[in-house]
Formats: sequence, C-alpha cells, structure tokens
Amino acid sequence: MAEMMYWQAILRAHDEEMARDPLVFAMGEDIGVAGGTYKATSGLFAKYGDQRVIDTPISENSYTGIGVGAAMLGCRPIVEIMSVNFSWLAMDQLMNNAAKIHFMSGGRIRCPFVMRVPGGTAHQLGAQHSARMEKVFMGISGLRVVTPATPRDACGLLKSAVRCDDPVVIIEHESMYNLKGEVPDAEFFTPLEGVEIRRPGKDVTLFAYNISVHWALEAAERLAKDFGIDAEVVDLRALKPMDRAGIAASARKTHRAVVVEEDEAPVGVGSEVIAILNEECFFDLDAAPLRVHALDIPIPYNRRLEKAAIPNAAQVVDAVRKLLGK
Amino acid sequence: MDASDQKRLLREMLFARRFEERCAEAYHERQIGGFLHLYPGEEACAIGVLEMARPGSDYVVTGYRDHIHALKSGMDPKALMAELFGKETGCSKGRGGSMHLFDPDVHFMGGYALVGGPFPLAAGFAKAIQMRGGDEIAICFLGDGANNQGTFHETMNMASLWKLPVLFVCENNLYGIGTAIERATVEINQYKRVAPYKIAAAQCDGQDIDVVMQHAEAAVRHVREKREPYFLELMTYRLRGHSMSDSGAYRRKEEVDEWAQRDPIGIYKARLQGQGLISDAEFQAMDKAIQQEIEEEIVRFAVESPEPRLEDVARYVYVEGGCAPWQK
Ligand SMILES: Cc1ncc(C[n+]2csc(CCOP(=O)(O)OP(=O)(O)O)c2C)c(N)n1
Ligand SMILES: [Mg+2]
Repeated sequence: MAEMMYWQAILRAHDEEMARDPLVFAMGEDIGVAGGTYKATSGLFAKYGDQRVIDTPISENSYTGIGVGAAMLGCRPIVEIMSVNFSWLAMDQLMNNAAKIHFMSGGRIRCPFVMRVPGGTAHQLGAQHSARMEKVFMGISGLRVVTPATPRDACGLLKSAVRCDDPVVIIEHESMYNLKGEVPDAEFFTPLEGVEIRRPGKDVTLFAYNISVHWALEAAERLAKDFGIDAEVVDLRALKPMDRAGIAASARKTHRAVVVEEDEAPVGVGSEVIAILNEECFFDLDAAPLRVHALDIPIPYNRRLEKAAIPNAAQVVDAVRKLLGK
Repeated sequence: MDASDQKRLLREMLFARRFEERCAEAYHERQIGGFLHLYPGEEACAIGVLEMARPGSDYVVTGYRDHIHALKSGMDPKALMAELFGKETGCSKGRGGSMHLFDPDVHFMGGYALVGGPFPLAAGFAKAIQMRGGDEIAICFLGDGANNQGTFHETMNMASLWKLPVLFVCENNLYGIGTAIERATVEINQYKRVAPYKIAAAQCDGQDIDVVMQHAEAAVRHVREKREPYFLELMTYRLRGHSMSDSGAYRRKEEVDEWAQRDPIGIYKARLQGQGLISDAEFQAMDKAIQQEIEEEIVRFAVESPEPRLEDVARYVYVEGGCAPWQK
C-alpha cells in the first residue's frame, strides 16, 4: 500500500490502462502539454504522444462526440471535461448519442466511452464553476455514473470504467484532488455497481457519496463521541445504476436513514434514495428519512455565503439528533 | 464503368425510389409509425458517392433520412423494412426505427435524429481508423441545415487540425424542413463555409449521378490518400415533403416542377437510352421486377416477422455480460 493523492491515483489509472491497451486514449482541454488542470494526466503526453494524449480546442460537445465515435469503433477514450459545469455543452453527444446507441442499435453497437468531470463546489469559484450535476447524469438511461470518494476509488473506478463496454461518467471533486489515501500497489478494480460501507454502525445510516462521504464520516465520529450514537456510513459510490439492495440492507439494519448530498435537494440523490427506501423497506424504518443538502440557490461568490449554501458535518449531526430525538 | 455497371446503378436508383414509395404506403396503412423521412429526388447523392467508396469497409453515418445510405452500404433491405415495421428481425431489432438504422457488420454506423449530431461521430470514426491504421475512411452525409449547428464548425476545425480521414458530404436540398436556405444561412454555398478550416471542398450537381461520381471519386481519393478531410456539396432537391407530415406549402409549384425535370432517375435513364443501353421495355421490366421483389420478399418478410418480446423491453440498455473486471 502506498499513500497517494487523488490526482495521482487518477494518473496511475490512466497510465496503467494506456500502457496495456494502445486503443486507450485521453482527450480534453489542457490535458496534454499542460498536464491537466488538476495534474491528473501529467507526464502522459511525453510518454504516449499527441495521438493518444490530445489537447482539444474548447469544443466540449464535439470532442465528446469524437470520443463517442471512436468508442463505437472499439477505441477506449477517456474524455476529461475541465469542469462539470462545461459538460452541459456536451450533453447532446452524451445523452443523445453515447447513452442511447447501444439500445437504439438493438445491442449491435457498443460505446465504451469514459467521461471524467471535476464536480462540486470548491473555493469561491462562483455560480458558473460550482455546479454539482449528478442529478442530471443519473437521470439518463444508458449511462453509468460513479463518484470516487477516495484516491483508491479514483484509481479503481477509472480502470473499471475504461474496461467497461458501457458509457461511464466519473464525477470527481474539485476540492479532493489533493486528498491523500492508501492505494494498493497491485493492480485492482473498483466495482461500478454497489455501495461500500465506510463505517459500520447500528443506530442510523448516513448515505453519502463523493465529498459528502467525508462529511458523514466526520459527523459519525462526533455522534459517537458526543451523543453515543453509532452511525453507519454508506458510500453510494455508484449513482447509476443505484444499488437498491445495498441501500435497503443497511436501512433494515439501522432502521433510520439520512442522505447527505452536496447538491440541491430537488430531483437529486436524496430524493432517489428515499424513494428506494420507501419502495424496498418502508416498514423497517422507525422514522421518516431526512435529507441534508445544499440550498436551492446558485452558489454565491462570498466566502461566508458560499459556506452557508453547502452542507457540512454539523448539519448532519443535527439531522441525526433530530431523527433520533436526542 | 461498363454497361452492366451503368444498368446496375440505374436499377439501384429505381430500387431506392420504389422502396421509399412503398414505405410511404406502409406509413399510410399505419404499418410504419413515427417520423418517416424519404429520399426521392436525392438518390444520386448517396448512391453516387458510395459507388466511389468502399461500402461495407468505409464507415458511413448520416441523419434521419437514412434508408438509402444504409442500403447502399450493404444493409439487407429485408432487415431495413422489418425495422421500419418495428420487428425483431429489423436491423436494430425494432428498437431504432426509420431514423435509427444500424448495421455495424457493413460499417453502417447509423442514422441519427439530432441535426448535426453525426458530425463529431464521423470524426471519431476517423480518429479510430487513424489509431488502428488501415486505409478506410469515414463518410458523413448531412443536410444543408445541419451546417448551422455548432458541431459543424467544431468538427471541421478538429478534423482539419488532426488530419482525420473523413469525407463530409453535404446534401444541399435548399431547405431545412420549411425554411429556405437563404432565410437561415448567410453563405448559401455550403462548400465555401469550410474554407476557414482549410478543408478542400467542391460543389457539384447532385442530380446527375455521373457528375456526382466524378466528384466523389476525387473526394474519396483525396481523403483516402492524403488522410485528411474533404467536403463535397451536392446540389439536390427532395421531391416529397420533409417527412410524411409535411404539406410542402412553403415551396412554389414551379420550383418543384422544375426540379422534377431534373429527376436523377430520369436523367440517367435518358443517358443510358441515348447510348442504346436500355430500351423502354427493359426499363419497364426492371421496374416491375423491383416492385415484385419489394412486395413479395421485402414487405412480406417485414409483415411476417415477429414483434420483439415484451419481456425483452429493458434489454440493450447496458451491454449484456460486457467486460466487467470487477465481476470476475
Ligand atoms: C437538434 C435538432 N434541432 C431540430 C430538429 C428538427 N429538425 C429535423 S430535420 C430538420 C431540418 C434539417 O435540415 P437539413 O439539415 O437541411 O436536412 P434535410 O432534412 O433537408 O435533408 C429540423 C429542423 C432536430 N431533429 N434536431
Ligand atoms: Mg436540407
């Protein structure tokens, strides 16, 4: 086990997959000569050349489409969109083409396409650089959507995504590229489906993903220390398809659930998880599930306002106490 | 090109015409649903260009008016008609419909409904060809209206920048649905619009298949040998409405009549007759045989084919048993 940063883990996955398969290539804005906005492709240009590490013009929709077309002929493109906000421009190629080609062709054409996007709210980047768009991607049939919370998952999910025959969107996080964590030395893969229990517990389940896993873990520590509440933290990790059985299994054990999401509440991960709880295990619950989520506003620039818009561990603690009446 | 090839081309164009007319009938009988965009009047474009390429080997992509591109690429007309009828034996197993024909076996990579959507896909095929090596090319057929999409400009820029072996064929039929080209576009000569991207381009008559083939040969050779894009604009006209729901009220009758005089089948038939290659009687016999084949083999196959099974409704969303190392 070596400790490495999130960006280094992503770089390692690129490097391993590109070394193995000459049809794997990376493309995106500033990923080549400049090494990538978050360094996640640094050094690859020198190693693999400009045919496989491609600096693109600022044309999100069309370079996404070029990746999709190449994938349809058996290439394994990894397309980086500089910020998730810009992926709106690529939505046509992503949802009308990548997500639907396998289905529309009656299963005759495959689209092993990978899109990596840094998402989330970082530090005072303003409303147009602070989107959390998981709700959009997870609403598209035919896509897979995964969200690494740790360097280990950042590496393992990208490797699995490259090998997967379906289109996969990986939502990373702008504030997590320097996060450190253990990553196995030997080659490994992280499943594109299923939840991961980050902390077992018995009193309540905190469902989280990506950066909110860290808020949930922090909250769980405080709940244990200050209130004697034993919280289970479940990393949803795969937002599409979602692991209904895994979600229900934890809720059946703890009988209480709080969903922690960085995104605004409407039509989001929280609403989906709570719908699943209703459908799968309503009568196992001792209380109505709660959501901890961002305010339903564009993210403000001012530092204090920005903080106020995004949830945190303290809000998770409050929600759990409310749920348990403690 | 010898006499038998010339007769074959005439037959292919006539087959395309009769096939589309039969589709219209089936649509009125409600055997075909959804949107149906037919190709009469434009046959020389797809057939002429692909005659000069390597159908089945080169990768072809187009929009929603895709039947004839698929056929000329080598798709089985029975699988095409069955698709239009929504049957399991269709080229897309009844999941695609008229606008979404696919046949990867003959490198027909699809019909797409979003105007301008296939531009980058075609460049992506060319990128894949470039990475794998080989001398295939990608060929993208789209309309004049599609050139006002961002994907047109973005893709031309990247295709030229990265020297992608892709031939863009613009079927300029002077209208995007009911909007005449000059009401939507400043530069109506489409081939001039790629000049800033330094892509070689030409414009020619799209109604005379000999002219189309002559220009297509040069275009295909350019892309295949130089391994860089080319843009070919074909001036054409659709003799029917945009789709089955189009009354065509936006076009003057004189204009339609004028173009009807330039029907690609009429032009080519007259030429072959002038050369003494085909008599009226032979042409009639050819026509009859085509209609018989369409009725007795193709439509019949579509009618008799089974519907997809309801229990399969959710298949093909994800690849079944797709390589998933995490499952091993
Ligand atoms: C993105 C998008 N916008 C609008 C439409 C509706 N639409 C379908 S065909 C068409 C006209 C396209 O004209 P052109 O590209 O010239 O092709 P033609 O049908 O004339 O062959 C329009 C506006 C669409 N399908 N996709
Ligand atoms: Mg047109």
